[in-house]
Amino acid sequence: MDNLLSIITFIPAVAALIMALFLRGDDNAAETNAKWLALLATIATFLVSLFLLIGFDPANTGMQFVEEYTWIAGLNYKMGVDGISILFVMLTTFLMPITILSCWGVQTRIKEYMIAFLILETLMIGVFCALDLVLFYLFFEAGLIPMFLIIGIWGGQNRIYAAFKFFLYTFLGSVLMLVAVIAMYVAARTTDIPTLMAFEFSSEPMAVLGLTITGGLQTLLFLAFFASFAVKMPMWPVHTWLPDAHVQAPTAGSVILAAVLLKMGGYGFLRFSLPMFPVGSYVMTDLVFWISAIAIVYTSLVALAQEDMKKLIAYSSVAHMGYVTMGIFAANQQGVDGAIFQMISHGFISGALFLCVGVIYDRMHTRDIDAYGGLVNRMPAYALVFLFFTMANVGLPGTSGFVGEFLVLMGIFQVNTWIAAIATTGVILSAAYALYLYRRVALGALMREALRTIQDMSRRERAIFAPLIVMTLLLGVYPALVTDIIGPSVAQLVTDYHAALPVVAEAATH
Amino acid sequence: MTGVDVQILLPEILLAVYAMAALMLGLYGSKDKMTGLLTWATAGLFVALALLIALRGSEGASAFGGMVVDDAFARFAKVVILISAAGVLFMSQDYMARRDLARFEFPVLVTLSVIGMMIMVSAGDLMALYMGLELQSLSLYVMAAMRRDSVKSTEAGLKYFVLGALSSGLLLYGASLVYGFAGTTLFAGIASTLTEGEASLGLLFGLVFLIAGMAFKVSAAPFHMWTPDVYEGAPTPVTAFFATAPKVAAMALIARVVHDAFGGVPGDWAQVLAALAVVSMFLGAVAAIGQKDIKRLMAYSSIAHMGYALVGLAAATPQGVQATLIYMAIYVTMNLGTFAFILSMERDGRPVTDIASLNQFAKAEPLKAMAMLILLFSLAGVPPMLGFFGKFYVLKAAVDAGMVWLAVAGAVASVVGAFYYLRIVYFMYFGAEQEPVESRMSPVQWLMLVGVAAVMLIGVVNLFGIEPIALQAAEALLG
Repeated sequence: MDNLLSIITFIPAVAALIMALFLRGDDNAAETNAKWLALLATIATFLVSLFLLIGFDPANTGMQFVEEYTWIAGLNYKMGVDGISILFVMLTTFLMPITILSCWGVQTRIKEYMIAFLILETLMIGVFCALDLVLFYLFFEAGLIPMFLIIGIWGGQNRIYAAFKFFLYTFLGSVLMLVAVIAMYVAARTTDIPTLMAFEFSSEPMAVLGLTITGGLQTLLFLAFFASFAVKMPMWPVHTWLPDAHVQAPTAGSVILAAVLLKMGGYGFLRFSLPMFPVGSYVMTDLVFWISAIAIVYTSLVALAQEDMKKLIAYSSVAHMGYVTMGIFAANQQGVDGAIFQMISHGFISGALFLCVGVIYDRMHTRDIDAYGGLVNRMPAYALVFLFFTMANVGLPGTSGFVGEFLVLMGIFQVNTWIAAIATTGVILSAAYALYLYRRVALGALMREALRTIQDMSRRERAIFAPLIVMTLLLGVYPALVTDIIGPSVAQLVTDYHAALPVVAEAATH
Repeated sequence: MTGVDVQILLPEILLAVYAMAALMLGLYGSKDKMTGLLTWATAGLFVALALLIALRGSEGASAFGGMVVDDAFARFAKVVILISAAGVLFMSQDYMARRDLARFEFPVLVTLSVIGMMIMVSAGDLMALYMGLELQSLSLYVMAAMRRDSVKSTEAGLKYFVLGALSSGLLLYGASLVYGFAGTTLFAGIASTLTEGEASLGLLFGLVFLIAGMAFKVSAAPFHMWTPDVYEGAPTPVTAFFATAPKVAAMALIARVVHDAFGGVPGDWAQVLAALAVVSMFLGAVAAIGQKDIKRLMAYSSIAHMGYALVGLAAATPQGVQATLIYMAIYVTMNLGTFAFILSMERDGRPVTDIASLNQFAKAEPLKAMAMLILLFSLAGVPPMLGFFGKFYVLKAAVDAGMVWLAVAGAVASVVGAFYYLRIVYFMYFGAEQEPVESRMSPVQWLMLVGVAAVMLIGVVNLFGIEPIALQAAEALLG
């Protein structure tokens, strides 16, 4: 199949179109149909994407499944995956059916809700597959619209504030990126991503407003992209939109936000920053390291003080993303491997944690930690699942959370021991806030009156968690599943990066 | 005058004869009954003519000693003008009838102004240019004041007339300067006096006055003052017409004049157009933020859009002209859809144009709200809607022509502009709980709204193939 990637990308969009055009009425039957159609479409997407995994050749470090067509405005429609992007595609297609299942209980405007998610899936897959800069930008930006609506329409009480905050933060970031895209086109006269990766942007120091900028154009381009990706990631100190967005978003929105949308930032660093602006990246490495280290320690401490379960998990996400940026900019095999692994694993774990919150939120309609306690008495199965993912979040050996953090720390230790030392404290802090949360929610005696009749997980809810548990364990026990696929591409990336650096040593001595 | 000349001008002559006949019919027939039929007939005639012109082939010809030029560029502009005018007529009939505005003069005036526009885009001579421009403008002035019993509408007409006369004066003054220094009014003749690649000071003055006069017609800042008031005051179908066909004609006219007559000195006008573009983009984006009336908002939106279209012309390359043509085609399509919706907004049978009245509209009418959502995001230039590609085209043309700063300014202005479109979305989807405005649509309006929204999405595939046609048109203009 020559068009495998396009097929995977556009199945959900086609389903959304069918839903918008042919599914009429808002009675129960129509709503049920909408849910089933969405579920079937996402499952179909996942099944088709398995062909991708089967046909993928890890040893080939170039782009695979490439499709290229001339498009409008002198652009090319070019799609393809390599070892770095394929797993993000898989992560998206794997999580979408679970997400759809998790919003079975939504009451308002179900059809539109499903359409928003299906379109979002198309755009997310598109981001990871696009091999043309403008095409990438298109998918990257367009993803804002459905997420904006998901938060704004189906969110909590303060949803409109959160939706606008989300939109403005990310939009501001991407405008700088758009300017950088224009600048790159001016310099290289192409928007083809593989060509741009091979293109050497000028790293001559240049003077801007009286300041001499080491790394010149590359540093400026790096910063412009950094603005966009750092917001998406999110990195400290531009992370403040995330807790708001998470708290207000509906459960399924939170899951997608944490599991996939945040990964676009990390993917962007790997696809653009390191290969295209190696000198710029090198110049800025220390900055990224320190920001990441601050993020890990600071947001972990903030998480410790949260009273809202979703906010706590959101802050923990920011901390975990700190490991990812750190690993990427360590720019060695372990670091980058670990960063990608951490992103994949965080996709499962944080998604699952938000689902855990969703389970009890659906029953009690509050996310206040204080409103719970002693859930283990009434909900043993839930307590077990929650404990499992809490432990995975902490990074218990045997779960996928451990592998990612360990690899990153190993990678970073070779580059900067101080940063590694600071980052390691994050492991302890994460145990502190996660276990503290677990104790307050699940353990102890059942004190609250309202909780006396709470029901344990339904069959649908168990079905949602099963695949996530399997994946978390599987990757924890046998990480080679991931590293075998990403390894060669990462090795190539790291080699190319360091090959481009001798120029830096010269530039730095200027 | 030979048979060939007449043949080249046949569509315009046909329309003129038709307009006269319709006028007679309206005067001596039973007016009210005729209006509906007349509107449909006029719109149908426009579509038929558009098809005729589109199928005319690609070779260029000129008539009356070069006064009128018929080339691929003129044909492209004419087709867009005719189709958009037909679109406005199609969707306004229902509104006019229900608002007691159904007068047979409306389709006749539209026809007359369309003839003017067709002459404008075909002009090969300053005299022909002025003739077309005045025919168009006079019809528009009358149309703006169509609702005779409304103070606002008559005020709009008067304001438009006074300011329009001023701009015509500027343009005429510029034309006389050009004639004085070039010794001819023919574009080809003017171009031949520039062979040295330099224009005399007098010609430069003339050029600047010409551009100022034409900038008024496209409502580019700082010649935009009339736009919001006229848009607000005129009956909504008239506003819809103002926002579409005349803009295309005036933009094509600018392209025609700067390239055909002053193509030898691009440096002299490219900077002027670039400055107009930047001012328009930012003024349109910033001033629209505070608007409460959707028609005023659309006025500022059109000012900003004209800025983007001018960016393409400022590039002074075939790609730039191509980009402008594509931009105008997309702009006109978006506006038709948006105005189809604005036409339908009402409460208790009275038209409403207050933005806040859209509160919670999405709950009442999910499909229409979704179509509007797509249109608004497209107007804002958010990918993947077609509006993004329009902007992308012109910005890329600017970058390719070495005007990176212009492209950056355009990108920044588009972010500012996104805010006010988003505000409408905000009202429709998240607004305070209240009884939303009703939206009563004739089938044509519904089709226009939903169809245009679909076009904004589906067009992403290949822009419906207008890309090579627009390039051909641009190359015909730049020779």
